[in-house]
Amino acid sequence: MGSIAAQLFSGLSRDIKSGSSLGSVNVDLQTDATLQVDISDALSERDKVKFTVHTKSTLPNFKQNEFSVVRQHEEFIWLHDSFVENEEYAGYIIPPAPPRPDFDASREKLQKLGEGEGSMTKEEFTKMKQELEAEYLAIFKKTVAMHEVFLCRVAAHPVLRKDMNFHVFLEYNQDLSVRGKNKREKMEDFFKNVVKSADGVLVAGVKDVDDFFEHEKTFLLEYHNRVKDASSKSDRMIRSHKSKSPHCLIISTCLGKFFLKVSELFEKTRKIEARVAADEDLKLADLLKYYLRESQAAKDLLYRRGRALVDYENANKALDKARAKNKDVLQAETSQQVCCQKFEKISESAKQELIDFKTRRVAAFRKNLVELAELELKHAKGNLQLLQSCVGVLKGDT
Amino acid sequence: MAAEMEPPPLGDAGQTDFREIEDGEGFFVSTVTILESPEPSSPDPPSMPAEGISTNGPKQEDISLDDDPEDLFAEATEEVSLDSPEREPILSDGPSPAITPVTPTAMLTPRMGLGTAEMFERSLDELEEDESGDTFDMHIAVSDPEKVGDGMNAYMGYKVTTKTSMTIFSKNETTVRRRFSDFLGLHSKLASRYLHIGYIVPPAPEKSIVGMTKVKVGKEDLSSAEFVEKRRSALERYLMRTVKHPILLKDPDVMMFLESSELPRAVSTQALSGAGILRMVNKAADAVNKMTIKMNESDAWFEEKHQQFENLDLQLRKLHASVECLVCHRKELSVNTASFAKSAAMLGNSEDHTALSRALSQLAEVEEKIDQLHQDQAYADFYLFSELLGDYVRLITAVKGVFDHRMKTWSKWQDTQLLLQKKREAESKLQFANKPDKLQQAQDEIKELEGKVQQGEKDFELISKTIRKEVSRFEKERVKDFKVVIIKYLESLVQTQQQLIKYWEAFLPEAKAIA
Repeated sequence: MGSIAAQLFSGLSRDIKSGSSLGSVNVDLQTDATLQVDISDALSERDKVKFTVHTKSTLPNFKQNEFSVVRQHEEFIWLHDSFVENEEYAGYIIPPAPPRPDFDASREKLQKLGEGEGSMTKEEFTKMKQELEAEYLAIFKKTVAMHEVFLCRVAAHPVLRKDMNFHVFLEYNQDLSVRGKNKREKMEDFFKNVVKSADGVLVAGVKDVDDFFEHEKTFLLEYHNRVKDASSKSDRMIRSHKSKSPHCLIISTCLGKFFLKVSELFEKTRKIEARVAADEDLKLADLLKYYLRESQAAKDLLYRRGRALVDYENANKALDKARAKNKDVLQAETSQQVCCQKFEKISESAKQELIDFKTRRVAAFRKNLVELAELELKHAKGNLQLLQSCVGVLKGDT
Repeated sequence: MAAEMEPPPLGDAGQTDFREIEDGEGFFVSTVTILESPEPSSPDPPSMPAEGISTNGPKQEDISLDDDPEDLFAEATEEVSLDSPEREPILSDGPSPAITPVTPTAMLTPRMGLGTAEMFERSLDELEEDESGDTFDMHIAVSDPEKVGDGMNAYMGYKVTTKTSMTIFSKNETTVRRRFSDFLGLHSKLASRYLHIGYIVPPAPEKSIVGMTKVKVGKEDLSSAEFVEKRRSALERYLMRTVKHPILLKDPDVMMFLESSELPRAVSTQALSGAGILRMVNKAADAVNKMTIKMNESDAWFEEKHQQFENLDLQLRKLHASVECLVCHRKELSVNTASFAKSAAMLGNSEDHTALSRALSQLAEVEEKIDQLHQDQAYADFYLFSELLGDYVRLITAVKGVFDHRMKTWSKWQDTQLLLQKKREAESKLQFANKPDKLQQAQDEIKELEGKVQQGEKDFELISKTIRKEVSRFEKERVKDFKVVIIKYLESLVQTQQQLIKYWEAFLPEAKAIA
């Protein structure tokens, strides 16, 4: 195991072509010349991935027009959290944070392969190793794409792109000294989340004055749950699709002793099936996963607005009480003003954000579903041709 | 007996074969599929299980298998190489191989000039066909499983329909009802009659206490329906294999099984009966004996074949296990696809953009249909492929059993010889001891033993010859069987892909229509 893992995990640097993978999950990202961000390279080490973030910008506040820095996953999370915690951005859908690079599954499989090396033939072993390497590479590419999408969404957002932290993230070419959260902070986070979700339930119960938002609220809630469900089911489906592969491999090597042509056929169809599973994963599962996260972000927006509404209404009540008692009226008035402003500000931007969200979602689904169907067709036709030609040859042999 | 230097007249077909072979090829390697492909295939493809084949003669030119489509299945058969000079020629005996042929034991010189063994085979086959008057044309169907009786004494009755144009049968079409123990009874009769003289008797389907109990108890669920279908199909294959064997076909028990309306109940097949227990004891004794017999193999052919079959056994078992896993996984895939379809439908429902919502519902439908496809494919995987492999794993066990019988026959012969020797020594001692009546007795015993030794040798030769024939027939059948099944299986895969294409093509415009 050691040797294989060492080969794969150390110093695996790949030139990432970001263009195509970018579009797979998100569309309509205005990449105007004023600010263009991409991940030009990525390096995979023992247990972390180093991304090279490359920026091209004509904005005056950057020292140069084109520059690159190296960032790690924790720094992306730091950036995301800084947006979330910033009150100014309460009225926007914060682009969801990229998921942590997870090579554990791949690593496990590689380990199992290493352990089982003695029990299979040389050719089986090399085939499986190649497959695992390809799988590892695919995961790697995906995680790079996810990180890149996050950055591009931020860069495309008219307000977020001006954020100070974002600029520091892009430009500061030394380590941001952002450490991962330690245990205590993680516990704090956990409790914060619990409180937030309880509050969320409360807030959600409050009927909204605006029909648009009311509708969005109910829609998003349901949608989010269903996307979660669909995402997990599609994951499982694709996983069982993938798990057929190793057995086909064994079958083809066994058959090889008897029927050469047939075993070749199975080998080829197996490769195609693996591609099918990979494509399904890319077009369907990733799509659903991404929109799971985005719909969560949209829900968060609604929650913040709902919170602001509740605060506003509470402030109103407090003001009325203060006026009735004629005590601390000024204070109550100012706080009511503040709440009102906050609420209105959020509502204004939220509406636009949610409409944008819908447009993006529909476009992304369309693109992916069309591509999924086209790829499925392509592979099925390929399979069909292989099978038919083999059957023809076998029959002709009589 | 006349030292026959020439085979008995076989008819024209036979003669021409010999002449062709004498003129054309050398008498070394050709595979059995010389019947199927005009060109000889390359002798020893590296992937062949029996790597130990050493061909002394000039190798045929190595024909690349990929270039020669006709040799597709050639490599699947083993060679019959005529290396060992001690090999006895396989004489084509008279019409019915069951009759002990006149094999002069004195004649051990190989018939080098008479061509390859398969030529004998072919002429023999033709003979057998000529003898019965018509070509093999028989179709047996096992159908209509019906539960008869109730409770623990219930059993499944099957309808066995025989359609044939062969003259040895009294009617063209016969239908009888049989139960599982009848099949087992038939098999045990055939096995006891033919196994020990070297014929490969196809094994009957296995008993299954769990499966049958479910059926008896009357559980009407999917698994018991599957069990019944599995058994029905296995019984059908078993009968077809049995009648394809030219010797077994003519066995009176087989004919009675197929034709007579009432069969005596085969009680000895019950697992817990006296016969059943006797069988188990015998099996154990056999296993012990096998380990103790050290056979002096004078014939390399048998050694090679034995090794080949061991390897084949291993490979088939591995393959079988893999296919079973494949079936499992496909079923799992189908379940997951179904649940995803439902989930996608729900998502489509909650989507408020109408076109997207419609597209998502369509996606759900497509996935549902695909799920059904997967299920059907798993069914095909299983019945076509996996069951065939299981059958062959059991068949190979029967083949190995036949080889073991040969060993037993040999050891019996050797034991008799040893006994004869001892008696001879005893006799010579008695000669000096001057006991006339004991001497006479000893001499009588010796004569008797001499006869037994001769008989033992004859038996051994006969079983060896029969096994050679059987093995080549088995090989041919195996290739044919596998080929047919694999073609069918591939066709089922083709169909699946075609359906997949249809579904996705229907979906594509829907996806494109999302505005």
